[in-house]
Amino acid sequence: MTLKLGVPSKGRLMEKTFDWFGARGIGLSKAGSEREYSGRVEGLEDCALVLLPASEIPRELEQGRIHLGVTGTDLVRERLAHWDQSVKELTPLGFGHADLILAVPRGWVDVDTLDDLDAVAAAFRRRHGHRLRIATKYHRLVRDYLREQGVADYLLVDSQGATEGTVANRTAEAIADITSSGETLRANHLKIIGGAPILRSQAALFQSRGADWGTAERGVLERMLGALRLAG
Amino acid sequence: MNGRGALDAEIARIAEAFRGAGATLVDLPVLQPAETLLDLYGEDIRARAYVTRDPLAGELMLRPDFTVPVVQMHMEGGANPARYAYAGKVFRTQDRSSDRPPEFDQVGFEILGGEDPAPADAEVFTLLSQVLAPLPLRVTIGDIGVLMAAVQGLTTPENRKAALVRHIWRPRRFRALLDRYSGRAPVPPARAALLERVARGKDVLADAGPLVGLRTREEVAERIAALAADAQEPPLPAAETDLIDQIVTLRETAPSALERLADIAVDLPAIMPAVERLEERLEALAARGIDIAALEFEGGYGRSSMEYYDGFVFGFHAAARPDLPPVATGGRYDAMTRALGCGAEIAAVGGVVRPAALLSAREAGQ
Repeated sequence: MTLKLGVPSKGRLMEKTFDWFGARGIGLSKAGSEREYSGRVEGLEDCALVLLPASEIPRELEQGRIHLGVTGTDLVRERLAHWDQSVKELTPLGFGHADLILAVPRGWVDVDTLDDLDAVAAAFRRRHGHRLRIATKYHRLVRDYLREQGVADYLLVDSQGATEGTVANRTAEAIADITSSGETLRANHLKIIGGAPILRSQAALFQSRGADWGTAERGVLERMLGALRLAG
Repeated sequence: MNGRGALDAEIARIAEAFRGAGATLVDLPVLQPAETLLDLYGEDIRARAYVTRDPLAGELMLRPDFTVPVVQMHMEGGANPARYAYAGKVFRTQDRSSDRPPEFDQVGFEILGGEDPAPADAEVFTLLSQVLAPLPLRVTIGDIGVLMAAVQGLTTPENRKAALVRHIWRPRRFRALLDRYSGRAPVPPARAALLERVARGKDVLADAGPLVGLRTREEVAERIAALAADAQEPPLPAAETDLIDQIVTLRETAPSALERLADIAVDLPAIMPAVERLEERLEALAARGIDIAALEFEGGYGRSSMEYYDGFVFGFHAAARPDLPPVATGGRYDAMTRALGCGAEIAAVGGVVRPAALLSAREAGQ
């Protein structure tokens, strides 16, 4: 039996993950040609590398089709209901940093806190006859956060890309999105509100709780954690 | 008899008791327009309800409870006043760790459009309590109307009262507002800085550059003016926030709670009518043979249930099985009918039994 490790299949996230494991004595690489989505593992026996789009790794972990996986904490928390019941975060990897933030037009000089956003949402609904729209692709994270904070009278509208443009296009009044730099926000006349971000995300190594954990897989995991100098 | 048979028999027994109290048994749609539920409950309902799509009707939800369909059916031309009974499944998503089923039966009884609240409140409560007898259950009652009246009685401007009332059902935000208004929480630095710039005559709107989106410059200016006016308001006196605290943390037997509230009303006369309504209700309950000394009153009961009760609230819990959901719950929701009825408000009070929880509680009691 082998332990399956899921890793993002391309881009900087893949390279940085390879580097991170490589620095700890576990060599990960793509097998064969660059286009092939299977991989090789050196320095750790009975471990198979599975290359997957980062966004599919949470679901594969939840289904138990991979034992371990590297992906963003934002994706895990957004894609998996009660994420901590289906996966366990073993360690953050120190790269892939991104914050999920709430932003409103910079011209809303009266809005800086969630108190303000909530008060404006109430007034906006009275004035415009519909709830204040927040464009995002992180529905679960944003909804949970706003419920926790007691914000009402808003509506989440789905935006899978170019989210910063929705306000100027008048399909939303505010946005919630991942931002690693504030430049796109500034260019679109938006500003961040609410102090701390909704989530500080980075790449992390996750363990599936639902995968088949026999003696063999647990043995491989222990050897891997030893190499990574992590307690099990 | 066991399993589904026992459950079906129980459902039939309860529905028959409700029909015996003069209710018309109604069949209500499972699929509800998502927009109506979202407008009423907000986005939070998405996390609790099953959402589906219809190619023509758009987004639909599987009913998470019967309140909305009952009120809508009534508004669309029921007799007035009317009594309804219903039995059927409701659907709510559950935690992975929860052993509660995502679909379960409810049997309910509602009085809509009645005139005199106390007898109707007492009748609904007594009927449910008879249906649940002789099972020993812990019974909690409350009254959101007292808290609402208390907010109206604060010496603070209408806009602050409206903000507090809007968050009656979100205790955390309610608390934050109260702390802000009473000066227990400091003014956020960004707001202080904004008001300071406004006071120095700066054109804060022009300084911010272009304004994008639907919300107009006029709306921003209006709110800045409102914030400036609000900053001039004296803090809410500590004595008044104390009274609110006393109300929401009140936990006594019903007769003692009534006494405590009557005491609080000396300092906060605005709650007197609500306290009198509570007294009338307790009298009406006693007249129907309810042992009101055995009822536990909680001042904050029903605030976080998302049901939007705005007066009498009650719940029957199986003391021996704290893991079970309440066996029965209910209350008065006049204000919600206004939200659903486009302006018209009608008196509404009702309650539901969860027959599966009732059977489990009965088993645990044996």
